[in-house]
Amino acid sequence: QTDPAIAIHPWMQELGDGVDAAPYGMPSPHEADVKRRTVEWLTADPVSSINFTPLHDLDGTITPNGLCFERHHSGVARVDPAQHRLMIHGLVDKPLVLTMEDLKRFPRQNHVYFLECAANSGMEWRGSQLNGCQFTHGMIHNVMYTGVPLRLVLEEAGVKPEGKWLLAEGADAAAMTRSIPMEKALDDCLVAFKMNGEALRPEQGYPVRLVVPGWEGNMWVKWLRRLEVGDQPWHHREETSKYTDLMADGVARRFTWEMDAKSVITSPSPQAPITHGPGPTVLTGLAWSGRGTIPRVDVTIDGGITWQEARMDGPSTPKALHRFYYDFEWDGKPLLLQSRAHDSTGYVQPTKDALREIRGENSIYHNNGIQTWAVDADGKAENVEIS
Amino acid sequence: EPLGLGRAATPEEIALWDIDVRPDGLGLPAGSGDVMTGDKIYTEKCSACHGVFGEGTGRWPVLAGGQGSLSDARPVKTIGSYWPYLSTVYDYVNRAMPFGNAQSLTHDEVYAITAYLLYLNDEVDEDFVLSSDNFAEARLPNEEAFKPDDRAEVEFAAFKEEPCMTECKPSVEITMRAAVLDVTPEETAAKAAAKAEEAQAAEPTPEAPTAEAPAVEVAEVPAADPALIKAGEKVFRKCKSCHQIGAKAKNRVGPVLNGIVDGPAGAVEDFRYSKPMAAAAEAGLVWTESELGAFLGNPKGYMKGTKMSFPGVRKEEDIAALIAYLRDASE
Repeated sequence: QTDPAIAIHPWMQELGDGVDAAPYGMPSPHEADVKRRTVEWLTADPVSSINFTPLHDLDGTITPNGLCFERHHSGVARVDPAQHRLMIHGLVDKPLVLTMEDLKRFPRQNHVYFLECAANSGMEWRGSQLNGCQFTHGMIHNVMYTGVPLRLVLEEAGVKPEGKWLLAEGADAAAMTRSIPMEKALDDCLVAFKMNGEALRPEQGYPVRLVVPGWEGNMWVKWLRRLEVGDQPWHHREETSKYTDLMADGVARRFTWEMDAKSVITSPSPQAPITHGPGPTVLTGLAWSGRGTIPRVDVTIDGGITWQEARMDGPSTPKALHRFYYDFEWDGKPLLLQSRAHDSTGYVQPTKDALREIRGENSIYHNNGIQTWAVDADGKAENVEIS
Repeated sequence: EPLGLGRAATPEEIALWDIDVRPDGLGLPAGSGDVMTGDKIYTEKCSACHGVFGEGTGRWPVLAGGQGSLSDARPVKTIGSYWPYLSTVYDYVNRAMPFGNAQSLTHDEVYAITAYLLYLNDEVDEDFVLSSDNFAEARLPNEEAFKPDDRAEVEFAAFKEEPCMTECKPSVEITMRAAVLDVTPEETAAKAAAKAEEAQAAEPTPEAPTAEAPAVEVAEVPAADPALIKAGEKVFRKCKSCHQIGAKAKNRVGPVLNGIVDGPAGAVEDFRYSKPMAAAAEAGLVWTESELGAFLGNPKGYMKGTKMSFPGVRKEEDIAALIAYLRDASE
């Protein structure tokens, strides 16, 4: 019997589109299902909400700009770059105003970093809720930023010795603010205006955002308009009411900036079932740490009775996503899949129960526990927890 | 070496953009506002999302109540129960509210709203005036319940052990499945809307506690204590936006309250009660002082599904006063 796909198809005979049919380019219409998705019941209104990166549909480590998850507090600011200014003031020798053109005259650098929302996997504290790594782990993206070291901008204004903290503020209608310790500001932060080579997308802070490598995404202030140097933190809404981790005893941790080592299997997963039946199977996923690199990921297919080291692949730098693979022969029987990241500090990703034992279930943020997918004999995958 | 890029920011320019306020009061502008003025502004500009009593509508933030709930299974994190500093309230309202018309409030209006939010959280009385002079004295109750990030001390030792690789456990069981809750979004809006209803039970962010609240013990009070009735009249101001009492009283959002104390529940004609209230009336519930007190202390905890969105009167003496007033003002 002849495969009907072995035929003379229209595209083999007809002429296709000429150049300029899509001057900025578009994915194939067959990839229309590859998109950011939101969870409507999470928030009151789309202008103060979040959507999720479709991790299950992606490979490699770089996230395409149009698929980077979005989180806005008052919608996407429509900033005119010609009317945009960055002000640096407070405990500095020379308060400054920079235009976008000024900013692009500082020596610039390129770095790949992941940006993870502190609330990523936050819906799973009380147990398995959402079927899909897009929803359980999709508050993360990983792109190459081009920008100016924040240190150079601060040095241009001259930080006074008592300047120990920096307040970063956005130009959106939420005027988002976060306090950042000066040590971090002078270390590896960037004032970035490009992502993956092109201008920042509006939803990612066009024309300029802060990059705070390895630290929770909320600090990466978008539409950056103001930097104020002070001698103590500001304790604003995003670092008190939000982004503090409530422990079981009613006491909350604050200034939990670093993102702990974490990983997730992106395929097979609930939105990416095994459709090919038994035989050679590619298991793959992502791992990351806000404290460095990921030299090793362990994978289990039997629910943690036996673990194997996955194969790390592709170039990866500190505080960026790492890709891992585990190529195995599926016998067609049900599987319980987990991955466990080890970072360059020796930290090993904990189980969800180990986290709950220390933190309780109310913290919302910083859930980096090991994720389990149950794959049935049909290859369908489900978000589960196991003993 | 500086590159000489950019230009000097003028003091006027800095003043225009430098709006931030710190707990020590740095950045706070001169001004003042009182609770009653704040009530008016709040009702007009804030209550559509945050609710008349700060209880929050839909998924919008709850601003009041929740005191003592932080170690519960469903903590309610509000200004009164969770926020450490009042300066954060001022700063946030000033920079980001009202939603969709940010930075439109005057300094005095922000002081008034901040004062009213303190009032909604039972932190001040209705005659309170907040100003740049007394701001530093105001403290929120949860200020001390924060600690620095201690993951390195508390977690790293356990999380840096070399993990097991073989024969790590004798067997394994599935203990929970996402499909049981099934809150994963579907592509169609209709399905998503239906899921939203079901998801209420499973949603992860804080919401009002659903556990049955213990009945509040109300002290026995003499029939007519003028001071108590007067105090109750003050408490009743919280109820007035929905309820009327007296000769000319009419049903509003809530039913007329004449004869409520020691009267049958759900008995006002032409008022559409919630299903649970109608059921309680059917079952013969009488608003004795202890039953009414329990309801007023935690309406939703006492009666799950009640239409009364009011978060409750927190202080027992206020409940006693309110009941004395309701008895006295009835026609």
